[in-house]
Amino acid sequence: MKLLNCPLNGPRNITEFSYGGEYHPQPDDQTTDANAWAEYVFFHHNKAGLVLEWWCHTPSSFWFLAERNTLTDEVINTLTLAEFKLREASRG
Amino acid sequence: MMLRGRDGCKLIAEKPKNYNAMPFGLLKYGLSKEYPAHQHFTPKTDLKPHYDVVIIGAGGHGTAIAYHLAKHHGIRNVAVLDKGYLGGGNTARNTAVIRSNYLTEEGVNFYRESVKLYQNLSNEFGYNIMFENRGQLTLAHSDAAIRSFRWRAEVNQHLGVRSELVDPQMIRELVPNLRVQDDARFPILGGLWHADGATARHDAVAWGYAKGACERGVELHQCTEVTDVRISNGRVVGVETPRGYVEAGCVVQAVAGMSSVVAEMAGIKLPIHSYPLQAMVTQPYKPLLEPHVSSPHVHVYVHQTSRGEFVIGGGSDPYALYNTRATLEQKESLASAVLELFPFLAQAKMLRQWAGVTDMTPDYSPIMGLSPVDNYYLDAGWGTWGFKATPICGQTMAELVATGRAPELITPFALDRFYDFRQVNEAGATAASH
Repeated sequence: MKLLNCPLNGPRNITEFSYGGEYHPQPDDQTTDANAWAEYVFFHHNKAGLVLEWWCHTPSSFWFLAERNTLTDEVINTLTLAEFKLREASRG
Repeated sequence: MMLRGRDGCKLIAEKPKNYNAMPFGLLKYGLSKEYPAHQHFTPKTDLKPHYDVVIIGAGGHGTAIAYHLAKHHGIRNVAVLDKGYLGGGNTARNTAVIRSNYLTEEGVNFYRESVKLYQNLSNEFGYNIMFENRGQLTLAHSDAAIRSFRWRAEVNQHLGVRSELVDPQMIRELVPNLRVQDDARFPILGGLWHADGATARHDAVAWGYAKGACERGVELHQCTEVTDVRISNGRVVGVETPRGYVEAGCVVQAVAGMSSVVAEMAGIKLPIHSYPLQAMVTQPYKPLLEPHVSSPHVHVYVHQTSRGEFVIGGGSDPYALYNTRATLEQKESLASAVLELFPFLAQAKMLRQWAGVTDMTPDYSPIMGLSPVDNYYLDAGWGTWGFKATPICGQTMAELVATGRAPELITPFALDRFYDFRQVNEAGATAASH
């Protein structure tokens, strides 16, 4: 059984979670052209290796981010969006 | 419940055709005293500094493209490069289902031509791919499924594919071992019978194409991984390998399960997420099940191979991954689903299990054709529908490479469709997994 550490609920069986796909910052819909918008909606880096992605703890509807290695199927870290933004800001 | 056709008559299920594959060549070989062994593939040679066409990936698709380039377009200075061995990727991992009962016009036309090519492939190769026209039955456990199957049957018949709605009585006759009972957890209300459904030995498809290509001068280089793609002024000029740099007139990528990773070397981003699909086989039994049977509702498809094993497939993992490990959740889910349909398998022992990485596109259609890089061609996004498309993919992609223009059959599958919002929503793409 594989566990995922939910930032809100602690470690839970991974079957309690839904996978939400890669984290892409959303472009500004006022200034983005159709091509860039199509890329945001449909295209993915789909990297083999370390990725940042959305997950949701389904029973509590809590969305958060996870860093995961798609080659080894290891979850490296889970964090809330606020924690992620704080980390990005501190990295400059 | 009785399902009726347009004219109000009860539909009679068509029987699969009997294709007598290459009888004379086989007979001659069987009667010969020496059983001569042929060298099928070119022996290992050094890479040449330049090829007109470099194909990345020596699976069914890559070798089929090389075969058609050499045979029909006179392009023979071709190298097929693979990081592993011939047919060792998803060509070896798919569950060998051949069918054309799709839903969209674009999809049905494309896969119908592929099934036709498959029917004559052993004769064309002079090499037995063990093609068997078994028929395929997709089960409906709800009124919604019946409605969608009626739609698919109409589209299929209109486009020349043998599909029809069948009632539970017909299903009992087609598949006597299937549990069709009203007290089942998910009672079977009807089915979509596809008489053109078939199977073939998947490895032999790649071997046959590679053999035919090598006989015509194509070079097959196994254990030769492409590590980078070199581009100059928006045009592909060559590929890097551990065995040295190779100049290329054009490059085709045919690497199911690694499409995004290889395309990224050429600076191309694709609308793909890669998920593992898990399957397994039982110990061999005497012949009990002739057609393929699938149930999108309980998420399973099953058929019996010619050596007697039941192939049980269809478990897509719930999240993206480049890893072919097994999970107990998927194996349990496949096992419970197959027991719903075939309770006699309760005592069966699992012989093998495996997974293959499927490149899923948002519309369940492939990505074939031109790319943003000149002379770099895409054969990608083959999700769970790649094996059945192998012959037509070889034919159409070779024409594209030879002429620089995509044949009509594959223009709907161009990468551009995602920018133009012209997706080909192929709801008939997989038999079970979603």
